[in-house]
Amino acid sequence: MTARRTPEPGSWLGIPPFPKAAPGALDKAEQRRNLRHATTSIREKRAERADEVADWEQLRTAAAQIKDRTLRHLEGYLLEAEGAMTAAGVTVHWARDGAEANRIVTDIAHAKGIDELVKIKSMVTQEIELNEHLEANGIAAWETDLAELIVQLGNDLPSHILVPAIHRNRAEVRDIFEVQMGRYGAPAPAAMTDDPAELSAAARSHLREKFLRARMAVSGANFLVAETGTLVVVESEGNGRMCLTLPETVVSIVGIEKLVPTVEDLEIFLKLLPRSSTGERMNPYTSFWNGPTSGDGPQDLHVILLDNGRTNALADPVGRPALRCVRCSACLNICPVYERVGGHAYGSPYPGPIGAILGPQLRGMDDPKDAALPFASTLCGACNDVCPVRIPITDILVHLRREAVDHKKAGRPSAERVAMKAAEWAMAEGPNLERAQGATQAAGRVLRDRWIGPLPLPVASRWLGARDTAPPAARTFRRWWRDHHDEDDR
Amino acid sequence: MNARDEVLRRVRAATTDVTDADPAQDSPIDWIYGRALPTDDVLADFIEKVIDYGATVTRCTADDVARAVADALARLGAASVVLPPGLPESWAEAIGSGVGVLRDDPPLGNADLDVVDAVVTTAAVAMADSGTIALDHTEGQGRRVLSLLPDRHVCVVRADQVVSDVPEGLAVLGPAMRRGRPVTWLSGGSATSDIELTRVEGVHGPRHLAVILAE
Repeated sequence: MTARRTPEPGSWLGIPPFPKAAPGALDKAEQRRNLRHATTSIREKRAERADEVADWEQLRTAAAQIKDRTLRHLEGYLLEAEGAMTAAGVTVHWARDGAEANRIVTDIAHAKGIDELVKIKSMVTQEIELNEHLEANGIAAWETDLAELIVQLGNDLPSHILVPAIHRNRAEVRDIFEVQMGRYGAPAPAAMTDDPAELSAAARSHLREKFLRARMAVSGANFLVAETGTLVVVESEGNGRMCLTLPETVVSIVGIEKLVPTVEDLEIFLKLLPRSSTGERMNPYTSFWNGPTSGDGPQDLHVILLDNGRTNALADPVGRPALRCVRCSACLNICPVYERVGGHAYGSPYPGPIGAILGPQLRGMDDPKDAALPFASTLCGACNDVCPVRIPITDILVHLRREAVDHKKAGRPSAERVAMKAAEWAMAEGPNLERAQGATQAAGRVLRDRWIGPLPLPVASRWLGARDTAPPAARTFRRWWRDHHDEDDR
Repeated sequence: MNARDEVLRRVRAATTDVTDADPAQDSPIDWIYGRALPTDDVLADFIEKVIDYGATVTRCTADDVARAVADALARLGAASVVLPPGLPESWAEAIGSGVGVLRDDPPLGNADLDVVDAVVTTAAVAMADSGTIALDHTEGQGRRVLSLLPDRHVCVVRADQVVSDVPEGLAVLGPAMRRGRPVTWLSGGSATSDIELTRVEGVHGPRHLAVILAE
């Protein structure tokens, strides 16, 4: 086996389902501090920037309506986008799943004899684990977004949609850069402190040689305009512009839900997205392109239109609004659960409330990790209020909880279901309840006023492990009623 | 079935609940496109927002642009500057003798541009509310790489190019985008908040943006 060319990332496979992963995450005091600081500051900025916009609520409504229109008529818009891109000189590919998209990227690189490429931060490439596929095929993929670089060099996993290294503080970043940059390219400056400005400068010089050398880049897209085939990438650092300008070949992987019908529709999303995402009036750089421009920028452009489970979500009218998501991460930043456990516990690149509804819809419920995600919420609803495209996140969570239970029912009966079945029998008819209460009264007479703590009983042990409960009544309500009322009163 | 047909078949099968084939009739959108904001002083708003990003704005008369460009380059400490085709010749003439002037005609290589200190461009439209400048990379604005690799960007915006907000700006840019022009929006210089959400100005793109507003 040949040596790896890029740092080995962490593995999602090692992370247990949310209920098991969350307690471990809660024990990480440093991470909790980093997260509380970061999410508090970003949600204050978001609120301030949203308040500046007089018609914010109308913008949110229009954005939801545009996305719904697109999703409900997706076939027509996909064909329109394909036609416009093809006419502009873009090679359009289609991929049923991640493996197919990964193969297309590899084939394009191999056909050109390319063995390394630069990447713009992209959620979809995290979703399909493109980097590891490329590594296995002898192609080095370099992340160029600062946070993604921190994650990649730190042999880590992303924990946030917008700021994937949000769980790291400046001292940790400094240590990662100092040790790792020299192994994979230009080393960090000798006397680098943990000042974010110095760390950013180190990233600038580390990546500059990679940008200038790169012959191929891979991007996602924030939007794809059906009418013109225009792709839109919003970013902050300029790494996106580097990737979209310097190499001769750019491959953009675009989920089929990224479409909007017209250029004018962008006026709504480009007001909502930066304010919801980074809490800025506008992100520093936005690139728009459709097809190669002679003498300016890449001349060989590819777009891969990817399904990878999106049509599963599309097919469910209740879950469909999850596909409106523009990956702003406002729902993560406001979520009390996310703030405390962080992103890794969700076990996928899409953490937080949106991850809890998107993951199970894209991947199905076969994996217990995905079936657990709809329960990773208190249903407080704060996410609904900040979502710029008005995704009814808690409605979808409740819907998916039901689906998760139905999915489980299809398998073998659990102790919980046996207990529920018994409760169903007892509650169905008065005489049944009376029979059951015969047992609880007996228990109540034995226990008197003593509270019940942990007991080694099936099912009950899990509930009682964290709670004390009062003993059952020694006399039932029915008995009390009979003792206090004559036959005539009944 | 190939991937294209299969994905389209799945999309079709997933949307059988949609019975009205007309998107506009089936899913109305409550929005009036292209509206201006009722901003009292659009130029003042634009200047305030650009400065908020850590960029600088210099106001001058249309006759004074050449001198303002030369002053900005001197203030930024640029020893070399690249000029795209299509700029008025008077701007080049006003640049101090200590500044090496390169022309992107014929086009310069990336390695050459990487060591140039500054670039001067015009713009296509500017949007006040978000402090955003848009380039459509036609005459005077240069190829995309010109406003990317040099560390300092001097951008000349005419006062009549400044609109109130994004919807008006996109209305101006629509025709260029429909012609297939690449478009770049700049809101201040490059920046990142990836480390502890502390904003750091200047990562990969130009670290300094100097806007000259010609009235």
